[in-house]
Amino acid sequence: MSWVKQTLNSTLGQKVIMSLTGLFLVTFLIVHLIGNLQILKADGGDAFNVYAAFMSTNGLIHAVSYGMYAAIIAHVVYAITLTLRNKKARPVSYAVQDAKANSSWASRSMMLLGSMILVFLVLHLVHFWAKYKMGWIAYDFKMVTIEGVQYRDIASLVIETFKDPIAVGIYVLGLIGLGFHLNHGFQSAFQTLGLNHKSYNNFIKGFGAIFSIVMAVLYAVMPLYVFFS
Amino acid sequence: MSNHKGLNFTLKVWRQKNAAAKGEFKEYPVTNVSPDSSFLEMLDIMNEDLLHKGEDPVYFDHDCREGICGMCSLFINGRPHGPGEEITVCQLHMREFNSQDGGVITIEPWRAAAFPVIKDLVVDRTAFDRIQQAGGYVSINTGGIPDANAIPIPKEIADKAMDAATCIGCGACVAACKNASAMLFVSAKVSQFSLLPQGQAEKSRRVLAMVNQMDEEGFGACTNTGACEAECPKGVSLENIARMNRDYFGAALSTEH
Ligand code: HEM
Ligand code: SF4
Ligand code: FES
Repeated sequence: MSWVKQTLNSTLGQKVIMSLTGLFLVTFLIVHLIGNLQILKADGGDAFNVYAAFMSTNGLIHAVSYGMYAAIIAHVVYAITLTLRNKKARPVSYAVQDAKANSSWASRSMMLLGSMILVFLVLHLVHFWAKYKMGWIAYDFKMVTIEGVQYRDIASLVIETFKDPIAVGIYVLGLIGLGFHLNHGFQSAFQTLGLNHKSYNNFIKGFGAIFSIVMAVLYAVMPLYVFFS
Repeated sequence: MSNHKGLNFTLKVWRQKNAAAKGEFKEYPVTNVSPDSSFLEMLDIMNEDLLHKGEDPVYFDHDCREGICGMCSLFINGRPHGPGEEITVCQLHMREFNSQDGGVITIEPWRAAAFPVIKDLVVDRTAFDRIQQAGGYVSINTGGIPDANAIPIPKEIADKAMDAATCIGCGACVAACKNASAMLFVSAKVSQFSLLPQGQAEKSRRVLAMVNQMDEEGFGACTNTGACEAECPKGVSLENIARMNRDYFGAALSTEH
């Protein structure tokens, strides 16, 4: 046990947890996005409702979702732990600091960007997850019949939610945070794992830069599309 | 002789009597500075003025004054070793500075919990020594110079080991990092051995001990901002940090050490 403790409490061990949970969250982002885009289908929300029902009833998805909750909690707990540890290492700050001469803004603002994601995430869970999946917040879903099967109509809840400009504003802000977070975080996660080689560094950096923009934009499409249609 | 006109500056210098004292910035005007003088020479002139006036001179670290010892360590206008790439303070010249608008130059010590201020601009960097003592060596006596080619080492590997070995232990990486992290220094000291056959025997034990000591000294973790690499006077690469991470996890997961 002490070996586990020592390794995971070291600066390097804590960073590996950030890296692995971060990359795990990235895979989740991809899966979640594919589902989201179903709402763009002009079928009255049918495809989206079927997908949402599948996601909340399938056993495997269910198991993975618990891993996901653990990953996000660990990521946030270690983010706070590391940020405090790093602050403690520099108790007196410089009077003059020209940080932009040596590093990117995103790389220096990971906790701020993560907090923007967290605000969005909490609101998002309250909007949908707590109502649809957990039933913690009572919500009277309309029922729709698709090919003879009854489904709860989450598509209309999505549309109702995204008619609120404040909600859409917070979503878009959170997604901008996500874009910058991944812009630094994606390639950073590989460096943390020791994966740094001149033959693939450019690919990881280039892919991460494009991926972070594509993710933020495609996620923002859904609330903005609903809001403006 | 230079035919440049002398430059005038206002230095904002951190003054602190001792480790326990509360420090503050003091302003000192310096006049008629040759653009070709080095930053440290300019400070020498300022200190002579202070001595003439019977004031306590400003303490700062220096030794070789040719960029090889790693003693000089000033945070100038927001950057370790001041403006310019891959140079130490002793290699910095006054022509790099703008003498317009009062020509204010702010000079601070390295800031890190693990590098406490001793006096003025001098910080205690013995934390680096303790990290080295924890494992930054080869335990056996390596004897005389072996015959050429007795230990085959591919050129690229030898080059990488040499690049890591150029680290002069100045601490600019720690000073630049928002987390006051010592990863670049420690990874250079780990890599210069772990890349070579003579260092590989103790590779696992070494990396575990040195990372452990680094954490114990209170240096921060790595956010991969790359500030260290950008400010390192010797251009030590982030590749070394990735190698140290690999070595560390490999060592933590194995029992052969
Ligand atoms: C979908 C959500 C998220 C994803 C995909 C994600 C992904 C990542 C990735 C890939 C990294 C890089 C890890 C490394 O450098 O090795 C990272 C770092 C980080 N994340 Fe997140 N993250 C998410 C949410 C959050 C949240 C909610 C917070 C905080 C409240 C947060 C705080 C941080 C911090 C502080 C770091 C930098 C740690 C350091 O290196 O010092 N992240 N994230
Ligand atoms: S890695 Fe570079 S900046 Fe850090 S101590 Fe060595 S020479 Fe100085
Ligand atoms: S005084 Fe030796 S490196 Fe500057």
